[in-house]
Amino acid sequence: MPATDTTAPATTPDAPSSETAGVELRGVSKHFGDMVAVRELDLTVAPGEFFSMLGPSGSGKTTVLRMIAGFEDVTSGQILLDGQDVTAAAPFDRTVNTVFQDYALFPHMTIAENVAYGLKVRKTPKTEITARVGESLEQVRLSHVADRLPHQLSGGQRQRIALARALILRPRVLLLDEPLGALDKQLREQMQIELKQIQREVGITFVFVTHDQEEALTLSDRIAVFNEGRVEQVGTPREVYEYPQTAFVASFLGISNLIPADLARELAGAEGAISVRPERVRLAATDASMSAAETSVIGTITETVYTGPATRYIVTTDYGLTIVAERHNDHAPDDTAPFHRGDQVRAIWYREHAALVP
Amino acid sequence: MLRLGRGSKIALGVIVSIVLIFMYVPLMLVMVNSFNDSRIAAWPVQAFSTRWWEIAATSEPIRAAVLNSIVVGLGATVIALLLGTLSAFALSRYSFFGKQTVNLLIVLPIALPGVVTGVAFSNTFNSILSPAGIQVGYFGMIIAHGTFCIVMVFNNVFARLRRMSPNLQEASMDLGAGIGQTFRLVTFPQFRTAFVAGGLLAFALSFDEVVVTIFTAPPGVDTLPLWILNTMARPNEGNLVNVVATVLILLSLIPVYISQWLSRAEEDE
Repeated sequence: MPATDTTAPATTPDAPSSETAGVELRGVSKHFGDMVAVRELDLTVAPGEFFSMLGPSGSGKTTVLRMIAGFEDVTSGQILLDGQDVTAAAPFDRTVNTVFQDYALFPHMTIAENVAYGLKVRKTPKTEITARVGESLEQVRLSHVADRLPHQLSGGQRQRIALARALILRPRVLLLDEPLGALDKQLREQMQIELKQIQREVGITFVFVTHDQEEALTLSDRIAVFNEGRVEQVGTPREVYEYPQTAFVASFLGISNLIPADLARELAGAEGAISVRPERVRLAATDASMSAAETSVIGTITETVYTGPATRYIVTTDYGLTIVAERHNDHAPDDTAPFHRGDQVRAIWYREHAALVP
Repeated sequence: MLRLGRGSKIALGVIVSIVLIFMYVPLMLVMVNSFNDSRIAAWPVQAFSTRWWEIAATSEPIRAAVLNSIVVGLGATVIALLLGTLSAFALSRYSFFGKQTVNLLIVLPIALPGVVTGVAFSNTFNSILSPAGIQVGYFGMIIAHGTFCIVMVFNNVFARLRRMSPNLQEASMDLGAGIGQTFRLVTFPQFRTAFVAGGLLAFALSFDEVVVTIFTAPPGVDTLPLWILNTMARPNEGNLVNVVATVLILLSLIPVYISQWLSRAEEDE
C-alpha cells in the first residue's frame, strides 16, 4: 500500500486529551462556480460551547460545517482551530470529527468495527481498541448491538453509533450536520436531551447545523442565524428569539408579527419596523383600558387555531395588517374561549416587548 | 400480486415448458453425443464409448486453443477491470465537459456489430500499424476483446458507485484514514461484488467471442471458439466438438453459481 496509509496526522490526540478547542472563521467565502454559498463570514466559536448554525436550506450553514471539517476548500479566508490555521489541512489531519446527516455508517462493518474504525486506522493497540469501543458503546447504551450490521439498527440507534464513532477519537471539536433530521418527532426530542447530556459529559465544542429553530433554541449556548450565505445574527437563544436584529431572524425563529416602519411609527412611535411575538400580544374588548406603556390595534378575529397548549387568534386590522395573538390554555379545560371568530377585539402589547428590526 | 385464472395458468405452464425444452434439449443432445462411438453425431446413439473423450484429452490443438482462450480472456478481463473501474469512478464522481459523450463512447462497443469492430481492428492492425513496423499480433486480439469487455465492468461498477453515499469516504477521512486506507477499507468493499461480477461477465464474453476474434487472431492461432468452428467444418470429428462443448457447459456452471452467490450476499447486506 502507498505511503498515504501510514500518514498519521501530526496533531492527532492519540493520547487521551480532554482538551477542547475553539473555532474561528476569518473572512471565509465559498463560491461554487457563479454561485456564492458563503460570503465573507467571520465567526468565533468558544471552546466547550454548544454552537448552532441555523438557517433554511441553501443558506450556507452546511457548507460552513464542511469547510471546518475539511471536505470543502475555502475560496478565500482562513479557518483556525484552537488558534492554528488549518485552512489547507486535509480532513484526516484535523482534530475535528463529524456526525453526518445520513450517519454514513460503513454498511459492510459491524457496529463494533464502525466504532473502532478511527482507532484502527491510527494503529492503536488491539487491547486498547477493544476497551475503548466497549466504553464508547456503553456510553450510548448500545453494547448489545456490537455485532450487528448498521442496517439492522433503528434510526435512533444508528444516530447514537455515529455519535460514538466520532467521539471515540476524543476530538477537540465535534461537527454535527442535522444529526436528528431523519428521526421522528418524539425520538428527536429524546435525542436532543441525550445530545445535550453527552456534550456536558465530554465537555468539547459542538458545532451543530440545523434548520429546525426549536432544536436550535433547545440545545444551543449560542446560535448563528444564516441566510443567503451570511450570518444575520449571533447570540444566545434568548437574544435571537427576543431581540431579533433583522426581519429575517424574527420570522425564521418562531412566529412573529412584523409591523412595517410607517405603521409602527404611527401606532407605537417606533423608529422603524418592529417585531412582536404572538405570546406578547393580549386580546381585550375594544373598549378595554390599557396602560400608557402599551400600544394596541383594533381588528376582527378571522381565525382561531387550537394547538393544544395554546390557542392562536388571527386578527385582521383595518390597516390590512394581520396580527397573531397567542393565549395559553391554562384556564379550566372545558372553559369556552373568551373570543370567537368574527369578534371585534383590541390587540395590545407593551412597547418594550417589541423588537426593532431595521 | 397478479391473480391468474386456471386457464391462463395452464397456458403459461405449457409455454414455459416449450421454451425450456427448446433451450435444453439441444444441450442434452450435445452431452449425450459426446459419448457416441460413431464419427458423426446422431440420434438415437448406436454405441456408447469414451473414445472421443480420450482423443480430446490428449489433443494438442485443443490444449493450445484452451490456453489461448484463457490467456486472451484473462488479458481482456484485466484491461476491462482496470479501465472500466477507473472510468466508472470518473463518470460517477465528477462532472466535466462532454461527460455524456464519454459515457456513450465507453458503452458503444457492446452495441456495435462484432463484424464492424473486427473489420476496424483488422484494418488498423494490417494497414496502419503493420506497415509502420508495429506487429501487434496476439496482443492486438486481447485489446480488441478489451474494448467490449470494459462495458461489463463499467456498467456494474458505475451502477454501484452511484448508489453509494459519498459521505462514506468523507466519514472515513474524517476519522483519520488516508486516501489509500479509505479506498482499501471503505470504498473497495462497497463495490467489490460489482467488480467481481463485472470481471466474470467480461471473461465469459471474451471466452466465447467468435466474430472479432476471426478478424484479429494472428495466423495459426486458434481460440477455443475458432477451433470449434474449424473442426465443425470437418465432418469426421463432430463428436470431438461435442466433448469440448460438454466440458464448456459444465465449466460455465461455475461463474453462474458464483454470480448467484454474489447477488445473494448482496441482498443480505
